[in-house]
Amino acid sequence: MCGIVGLMIRNPSLRDRLGEWAEPMLIGMTERGPDSAGIAVFTEPLPDGQRKLSVQAPEGFDWDALRHGLGEDATLAVRANHGIVTSDAPPAVLRAGLRSTFPALHVLSAGRAIDLYKDVGTPQQIADKYGLSGFSGTHLVAHTRMATESAVTPENAHPYTAGEDWCLVHNGSLSNPYSLRRKLEPLGIAFDGDCDTEAACRWLEWRMREGDTLEQALTQGFDELDGFYTFLMGTSDALAIVRDGFACKPALVAETDDWVAIASEYRSLAHLPGVSGAKLYEPQPERIYAWRATA
Amino acid sequence: MAGHGMSGSKTFDLATVSLRELNRFLHKDLLGTTHVRVEHPDGAHSIAVGMDAPVHVDIAGHAGYYAAGMNKHATVVVHGNAGPGVAENMMSGLVRVKGFASVSAGASARGGLLVIEGDCGLRCGISLKGGDIVVGGSVGSFSMFMAQAGRLVVCGDAGDALGDSLYEAVIYVRGSVKSLGADARFEDMTDADFTAVAGLLAQAGLAHDPREFKRIASARSLYHWNVDAQQEY
Repeated sequence: MCGIVGLMIRNPSLRDRLGEWAEPMLIGMTERGPDSAGIAVFTEPLPDGQRKLSVQAPEGFDWDALRHGLGEDATLAVRANHGIVTSDAPPAVLRAGLRSTFPALHVLSAGRAIDLYKDVGTPQQIADKYGLSGFSGTHLVAHTRMATESAVTPENAHPYTAGEDWCLVHNGSLSNPYSLRRKLEPLGIAFDGDCDTEAACRWLEWRMREGDTLEQALTQGFDELDGFYTFLMGTSDALAIVRDGFACKPALVAETDDWVAIASEYRSLAHLPGVSGAKLYEPQPERIYAWRATA
Repeated sequence: MAGHGMSGSKTFDLATVSLRELNRFLHKDLLGTTHVRVEHPDGAHSIAVGMDAPVHVDIAGHAGYYAAGMNKHATVVVHGNAGPGVAENMMSGLVRVKGFASVSAGASARGGLLVIEGDCGLRCGISLKGGDIVVGGSVGSFSMFMAQAGRLVVCGDAGDALGDSLYEAVIYVRGSVKSLGADARFEDMTDADFTAVAGLLAQAGLAHDPREFKRIASARSLYHWNVDAQQEY
């Protein structure tokens, strides 16, 4: 069992409320996922030449050493054991540089809009540790994990990311993650861990890198990704959800003019301002639902 | 704490009272109480499960998993939507959902009537064992899978694999059926069917003409293991 949470702020004047409204959504899913949690926040995108990397460090990591190592071309913002490195360097170059000089760092995400935080602990602990209630942005994808396969570690917490400005959280279990992996690895796509969700995340990112739209990739995914899933996904400007044909894993959408909120259960939506007037529905199986952030 | 209204009625606000306190009252402390109102349900699980008395419970909002599960004698009205497994294993009484219901509504119910005024998710009435279900809207795929006894009336449409591996339960659908499951088949409506549908619609408070409904029941070809056909399985 796991909990999924998504929130997109449609009314630009309310974007600084993103984290404040999302925190009780995440905590509302504690019973579905008490062992780890993670949050991907999509902010206003950086200028085209800039990228940011979210990195996770072990206890006692020397952030000052990283700050000095990055030099003047980059900035570093640290929250607990996570940092966001912003740089003019191409992400591949930055990633390679970090890997060689600071091998203890784990790169969680890359892009112009995405910031990522994930860790082991209860949703309340994660929200407090990383200051979720203070986050602002256009949309957010979050997850509370109850591990059913692969260990309880920060790396195995969701969201998973691949490429740039792409993340996915998963409630369910895939039955063909290894066959997906065997298709992707010969194409040079490397995996960080052994969680089934990573295979879906990387497979969909590969399809979009090959030119598919999000909708085309997901349509193919209904044939290629086997198992039980509710996937909630984020791109720089979109929030999307799909459920497998049996729809065993729950999801509920609430929409108002000001926001779109998605959660495994109504418990996580009940506090939202205006929810009593929201359009509420369960996403149908094997149907793609996507919402675009307004400029 | 619980609020006291007019004689015989009581209100519990789940924003301030625990679910366990509510259910303990419903199980053990009803005494002369005839009406119970539950405020701020906010998607909590297992509200009013295991009722065993002829009281009326109003849930003033959306309920989470298993609302009114195992209901016996009571009337439980959800003034909102219901999560998975509403009225699962109901024995008797009435459960009414004013909004929509999630998956597995009325699963394994042995008796009583479940009314869902809106749409219903997948697997509605799965393994039904004698209860009746009336859905004002449409039902999702795999509804009435392996249903053994009881009736489902669908005023809207049905999804894929309706009535797969049915036993003696009967389904009536007013709209379209995307596909029938294994061993389910359309059958002619008899006078008894028209009477049954009219009665269930009246109980549900839904005004449709019984003549608009089609009957789906078991072809009974899966009842017994066919040794000669085992190579085909």
